[in-house]
Amino acid sequence: MRIGQTGLFLLVRRSLQQHALSTCITVVSVALASGLVTAIFSVKQQTHEAFVGGQVGFDAVLGARGSQLQLVLNTVFHLETSPGNIPWALYQAIKKDPRVELAIPYAVGDNYRGFRIVGTTDEIFTKFEYQEGRKFKVRPPGRLFNPIRREAVIGSFVAQRTGLQENDIFYPYHGITFNELERHNIKYRVVGVLEPTNSPSDHVIWIPLEGIFRMPGHELKDKFVPKPGEEIPDSTKEISAVMLKLTSPDMGMDLSTQINRQGKEATLAWPIDSVLLDLFKKIGWVDKVLEQVAYLVVVVAAGSILASIYNTMNERRREFAILRALGARRATVFSAIVLEAATIAALGSVVGFAVYAGILSVAAVVLREQTGVVLNVLQSAKIVLPGGLSVSILLLGPLGMIAVGALAGVVPAFKAYSTDVAQNLAPMS
Amino acid sequence: MPLLEIADLRKSFVSPDGERSVVVDVPRFALNEGEQVALQGSSGSGKTTFLNLIAGILQADCGQVVLNGQNITALPEAARDRVRAENLGYVFQTFNLLQGFTALENTALGMMFGRGADYARARELLERVGLKERVNYRPRQLSVGQQQRVAVARALANRPKLVLADEPTGNLDQRNAKEAIALIREVCRESGAALLLVSHDRDVLARFENVKQMAEINLAATESSK
Repeated sequence: MRIGQTGLFLLVRRSLQQHALSTCITVVSVALASGLVTAIFSVKQQTHEAFVGGQVGFDAVLGARGSQLQLVLNTVFHLETSPGNIPWALYQAIKKDPRVELAIPYAVGDNYRGFRIVGTTDEIFTKFEYQEGRKFKVRPPGRLFNPIRREAVIGSFVAQRTGLQENDIFYPYHGITFNELERHNIKYRVVGVLEPTNSPSDHVIWIPLEGIFRMPGHELKDKFVPKPGEEIPDSTKEISAVMLKLTSPDMGMDLSTQINRQGKEATLAWPIDSVLLDLFKKIGWVDKVLEQVAYLVVVVAAGSILASIYNTMNERRREFAILRALGARRATVFSAIVLEAATIAALGSVVGFAVYAGILSVAAVVLREQTGVVLNVLQSAKIVLPGGLSVSILLLGPLGMIAVGALAGVVPAFKAYSTDVAQNLAPMS
Repeated sequence: MPLLEIADLRKSFVSPDGERSVVVDVPRFALNEGEQVALQGSSGSGKTTFLNLIAGILQADCGQVVLNGQNITALPEAARDRVRAENLGYVFQTFNLLQGFTALENTALGMMFGRGADYARARELLERVGLKERVNYRPRQLSVGQQQRVAVARALANRPKLVLADEPTGNLDQRNAKEAIALIREVCRESGAALLLVSHDRDVLARFENVKQMAEINLAATESSK
């Protein structure tokens, strides 16, 4: 090709300037498409990783007979309701099991302004690692709760949203959803606020297990209601679940067989990631629909590129004829149109980053509010190409959009390619 | 050896009712380097078609157009485009400037498809045709006379061996027409380019020493005039 790159870019730039309005509209539609596609892939992959691939610190959850998924969502992500209670004896038995390294009780039933109150032991702070090598840390000047006092340690998000700080007093509300009329007439003091973990635990208010047992209105087994100062017999205690760290991941199979197949009292959710994977398989159709919608938007954007350039073809026939008369080859005018389409797509993709950041920021806020899972706007999804090459969606999305845009330019480019020079140059004499 | 040599050149078109009519039938025509020739012909005498055949924009049915020793009728389209980009300048009746481009860019377009755009040369040419202060103006910001001057500058931008001018004063008033012809002739002379101009305007033709009748060189025009 004889024309330099500068020449082609000049032709493209001038054409885009001449049709500024349609260029802007098309760029916006491409930006929406590009932003939507990259955002959908990123949200999908990050939520998938957060729920399935992320470390939760436990290998298994022991709970009432029922759905393993409900157990995991309830204890690990603090979502959903508890499927029921298990007797205290079961907790004690599993705690002593040589296959279990750590067993932490989990009891729910109350909330404060929608934030779940979980009764547990201080092992959740002293022994449990939510990620390898990382334990919950109480920010200074706070401390852990005293197991026999009405004290609470709250997650960072709870502190941020409710304004509760060390030494503040709050009244728990009955149930796991907030209802102003369900207030317990009992005070709890905040003694510690946890450092942020960017995990669902940031949404939790931790109190001593004893506190749940003694919460007014809570009936223990055999309708036992403890009086103040009265010791609670173990036979009446019940908890929602036990979070388990096994001595070896292989022990899960043994325990699962023993509890799920041979026993009738409880359910062991193990392995946790595979239980969650089932959830994603079940709601996989939502991903598929979203993906299809995104692709459809890309097709519409490509159509708008095609239409916006194609509509200018009649008025530009003379322009092409002049260029050809000046020595431009058919391939040159063809390339100029394809480049113009690709440039619109590239501009749209650049603006699309803003759309992507906007969508992801909103999604991140909603997801954090609802589940405590934190999305990272700067961390893009990776797509594995045939051959195993892993490419960021923030790179692949715009490149794909440019390729689709260039493809959309082929139809008008062919029209420019076929321009009859002599007929469009001037009146014949 | 002449710069341009034409032999037995024929071009016909099929009309909408299916009849084939010969528009150009030139047995022989030649133009030497630096020579300036005006072709006189009425409307429909095949002037534009003749120039388009020389420029390689149209493909002849038969015959030869030898430009600077190269038979362009035997070349494929892309090669003809290259010959046009590197050896020919074209001045049109309707100027054919690109409206979105400045005078400087329009002039540079004349080089862009050949040896590449040289903006310094484009600026020089615009200065030569008296548009030094208008280099960044767009065509609609220029008078018709100024637009034609930009077209002249563009035609000479690629240092052509031959400039073709098709009714270059057709859209100009008498004063501008006179100036335009003088300018085209002058700048062609200065750059050593041959000039082949077609016109039906007697005032324009009167300014040329060498005027040929289209009807004399184009047998098809002779037939149609009978």
